[in-house]
Amino acid sequence: MSQPTIRQVLLDPIFNNNPIGLQILGICSALAVTSNLNTALVMSIALTLVCGFSSMFISLIRSQIPSAIRMIVQVVIIASLVIVVDQVLKAYAYALSKQLSVFVGLIITNCIVMGRAEGFAMQNPPVLSFFDGIGNGLGYSAMLIGLGIVRELFGAGTLMGYEIIPSVNNGGWYQPNGMLLLPPSAFFLIGLFIWAIRSWKTEQVEKADFKMAPQVSNKEAY
Amino acid sequence: MEHYISLFVKAVFVENMALAFFLGMCTFLAISKKVETALMLGIAVVVVQVVTVPANNLLYTYLLRDGALSWAGLPDVDLSFLGLLCYIGLIAALVQIMEMVMDKYIPALYGALGIFLPLITVNCAIMGGTLFMVERDYNFSESVVYGVGSGFSWALAIVLLAAIREKLKYSDVPEGLRGLGITFITVGLMSLGFMSFSGVQL
Repeated sequence: MSQPTIRQVLLDPIFNNNPIGLQILGICSALAVTSNLNTALVMSIALTLVCGFSSMFISLIRSQIPSAIRMIVQVVIIASLVIVVDQVLKAYAYALSKQLSVFVGLIITNCIVMGRAEGFAMQNPPVLSFFDGIGNGLGYSAMLIGLGIVRELFGAGTLMGYEIIPSVNNGGWYQPNGMLLLPPSAFFLIGLFIWAIRSWKTEQVEKADFKMAPQVSNKEAY
Repeated sequence: MEHYISLFVKAVFVENMALAFFLGMCTFLAISKKVETALMLGIAVVVVQVVTVPANNLLYTYLLRDGALSWAGLPDVDLSFLGLLCYIGLIAALVQIMEMVMDKYIPALYGALGIFLPLITVNCAIMGGTLFMVERDYNFSESVVYGVGSGFSWALAIVLLAAIREKLKYSDVPEGLRGLGITFITVGLMSLGFMSFSGVQL
């Protein structure tokens, strides 16, 4: 089997094989933390780091892990890393960690981290696995930050708390679209993002289960 | 009693695990093509949730909370930073035990639910239920009710989505939106519907 290069594993997940857009992984947190850019950014950084380092550590001990208990070993490594992130956030950004509430803890059950550990790190050397983890984290981050920007900019007229479009409430002209701050809009936006990516990369389009029958004109029907 | 009923209703409708907090989305989207499998998975989630949330509650109250170890003569110990590791460990262990018990005593149920159980270990809804329980400081009986409610809410959501998707596959969807894209939009609309419950005062 040919070894993929670092460049490949780093860049591939961002567009061609986006974890959220194509593999349907790690969606839970993608939706809940994107109502403003701040939390989306912190979440992205946290996940990218956890994903990179967990892949590296698992890959380091991959030949020592008995395959029967590999899941438990992976989960323990990931959970320890998440605890570190959680404690750091609580120490240096307490308000932000309250805002993210349970979602930092939920990085443990984020399928991206688990999926990369199981699918890539178990077969590949540490350095490559590290970059693969970072790459997938970046693919996730790209989606998250995109969502965060759209939702905060059009939902509140601000970015990271700074006003970009002056809203009506503060004497400007922009009427904020409050729906973008509500949870359902995240679903619509991801749906539209996927649509955009798939119109660009048409090989990702899924096959339909049923085809529509060709139109039958009146004349032929009789 | 009233308190518990309102907690249950709140957990099912107002704070629906899947549609208000987006937990367990990966399995929610991946295993919702057929109503039957969705129903099975939903039942499995309810069962696991009912067991794990109260179990983690006991773990939290008697081992991890600040001063929880006072029964062992260690009133100053605060182990709450170990929480995440302990919860996920307990969940994984409990799911494994349940799988073995089911296999031994109720093989019919194991045949139906068996393949879903390992999936559930990494389902965010289970972990999320536990974390919410800790964050909101539920006591033991409240955590039982919350476990039932939150599991049921997830099951309800996935069965509804599967029902919609079964019909949806006959429709003519624009190419790029086919499959995953349209599913997201559908879930968005469902979530919008469930938001109307958030006005309910209990």
